[in-house]
Amino acid sequence: MLPARWLVLLGGVVLALAGCASPDEAHTLTFWTIGREGEAVAKLLPAFEREHPDIHVNVQQIPLPAAHQKLLTAFAGDSTPDVSQLGNTWIAEFATLRALEPLQARVDRSTVVKRDDYFTNIWATNVIDDTLVGVPWYVDTRLIFYRVDLLKAAGFSAPPRNWAQWRKALAALSRPQQGIYGILLPTNEYEQLMSLALQQDEPMVRDGGRYGNFRSEGFKRALSFYVDTFRLHQAPPITAVEAGNPWDEFGRGVYAFYFSGPWNIGEFRQRLPAGEQDRWATAPLPGPEGAGVGAAGGSSLVIFRRSRHKEAAWALIEYLSRPDVQQRFYDLLGDMPARRSAWDGDSLRNDPKVLAFREQLEQVKPTPPVPEWERIANEMQLVAAQAVAGTLSIDEAAKEMDRRADHILEKRRWILDHERRVAGAAP
Amino acid sequence: MNAPRAAWWFLTPALLVLGVFFLVPVIAALGLSLTDYDLYALADIRHLRFVALANYWDLLHQERFWSALGHTFYFVLAGVPLSILVSLGAALLLNSPLARCKPFFRTALFAPMVTTVAAVALVWRYIFNTKYGMANYLLGAIGIHPVDWLGDPHWAMPTIILFAVWKNFGYNMIILLAGLQAIPADLYEAARIDGASPLQQFRHITLPMLAPTLLMVGILTVTGYFQLFAEPYVMTEGGPLQSTTSVLYLMYNEGFKWWNFGAASAVAFLLFVIMFAVTALMLRVARRGATA
Repeated sequence: MLPARWLVLLGGVVLALAGCASPDEAHTLTFWTIGREGEAVAKLLPAFEREHPDIHVNVQQIPLPAAHQKLLTAFAGDSTPDVSQLGNTWIAEFATLRALEPLQARVDRSTVVKRDDYFTNIWATNVIDDTLVGVPWYVDTRLIFYRVDLLKAAGFSAPPRNWAQWRKALAALSRPQQGIYGILLPTNEYEQLMSLALQQDEPMVRDGGRYGNFRSEGFKRALSFYVDTFRLHQAPPITAVEAGNPWDEFGRGVYAFYFSGPWNIGEFRQRLPAGEQDRWATAPLPGPEGAGVGAAGGSSLVIFRRSRHKEAAWALIEYLSRPDVQQRFYDLLGDMPARRSAWDGDSLRNDPKVLAFREQLEQVKPTPPVPEWERIANEMQLVAAQAVAGTLSIDEAAKEMDRRADHILEKRRWILDHERRVAGAAP
Repeated sequence: MNAPRAAWWFLTPALLVLGVFFLVPVIAALGLSLTDYDLYALADIRHLRFVALANYWDLLHQERFWSALGHTFYFVLAGVPLSILVSLGAALLLNSPLARCKPFFRTALFAPMVTTVAAVALVWRYIFNTKYGMANYLLGAIGIHPVDWLGDPHWAMPTIILFAVWKNFGYNMIILLAGLQAIPADLYEAARIDGASPLQQFRHITLPMLAPTLLMVGILTVTGYFQLFAEPYVMTEGGPLQSTTSVLYLMYNEGFKWWNFGAASAVAFLLFVIMFAVTALMLRVARRGATA
């Protein structure tokens, strides 16, 4: 006869095995969020779980600096979550890994997720090689924050709309001898130069992402505008680390313009005194000809291919995509909704500081959809910093960026050509 | 069963463990460093290519590698002597007949060694905070302007060195203390009778008797310090301006940030070759010193 504790142990094992197959267990969804979103989501989920009593959502918050590697490690280790938030610059990478579930069929059947309601180019960042792999969740784009009072004092009644006007305003507002500059462009951040480059007609990679295209006239124009801002002493050649606390300095008038994204609306509201709140405003990013073209940023919701609960996962995505839920999400966190109808809510419609974002979101452009893009953008900025320091001319810098991009894209070229050869050989 | 065969039987478990957990991974990594294993290969193994020494060739032509190597040498050249001096000083104090409460101080000075890097890094980040940190508060008390310890590219590495020395000196201190206690007391007694000053005793008795221990401590510390990673990872994330990016940090970035495991393995083996050369050089110099 078995001793009593063996029986207990055996019973535990049987229970554990039964637990694996029970319906409760089958509908526990693992949902990874990156950064601050997890806290807000936790407040939205009770309503979802009331609507779907059979689904339990297990939210795991991943800190942003660790997110990318954790997702890749999860993929390599076969332990990806069911649903995840995914920055839309990372989507191409995970689509290349074939880690993401195609969603077009589900969207076609859906009564909630309607493509027409989404900002067109934000939606486009989720389509990789003609396959839809994510649904936009929240969006961002970088534009200009500016000091209304300083511009007015210098004789500008409206924010600049094109580069010529912007240059004039920057010149009028810079007094480098006194440490006062038109704008802060941290030399270690690539997003600013990338936004200017996305305003050009020529893309930054060519031939289906086989080669860098930094030597195009358009990119050189953007790079010249960027570098000239430093050469004319309208921006200090410092990094974000050296810049320290840009919010206070913006408040004190050290910079008249600040080139950043929606999360800084909250920062400025919190950090600047109440009496100074009407001194600043936002405006669409001035372009070579007209304003409002910028980089399409933000995060999407994706389902991983290896998920065993895809129906439940899709239910969660539909819930989080509902306009009323998106509005609550904005109220909780300030993350801007990806669909137009969610912008009709009071908190967004009546806020003058977000209107510029609304305008620009209609015209944002996606970043090049190659998995190597983040690395290429990093290299682009390292070279641009050398041009700012004056060690490279514009032409030399563009050539060097192309050289580095071509080097990074070597494997991609080989694979694309290899696949073409294989496809050509097949009957 | 004859004796050699019995010996092999006894060795087998140890060899098996060594083989599975050390030899096989090392050989696999060496193989990996000759390929371009990356994201694409992870997705589909047919995208793996054998590239021979291209990873190594590439690295040697990259500025990032050389600057990371420069930072690592800076850390080793400044950190190792400082660390050994602090360890030796603490060991001498603990060994002094005048010292009281020896077990307490021995434990207290060894404590940083057994704490978790991530936890104490949090405390040190507060201490080195530019505005509210204790370090700048003390400097301010004697009229020195605040230093941006972790944000200024010139100060970040010295700060990391300070942190690493504080964290690690206890280990060497214990080894050196054991070495000091092994020196026969009659040597000092004879020297005292001959009229040698404490400094002369230290110079002519303590140092020569401690030389083998010092050499071992030196080699252990050098190899340990070449593998600088955790300290910048938790304190500065390799910044500001890459000023605290070590070779191992570069390997981490290549491997886990960009997922280029081929290149990352190549970095690891280059670091191994460099460490091997440096320790071989140290042994050689020490041997020559001993025979001279």
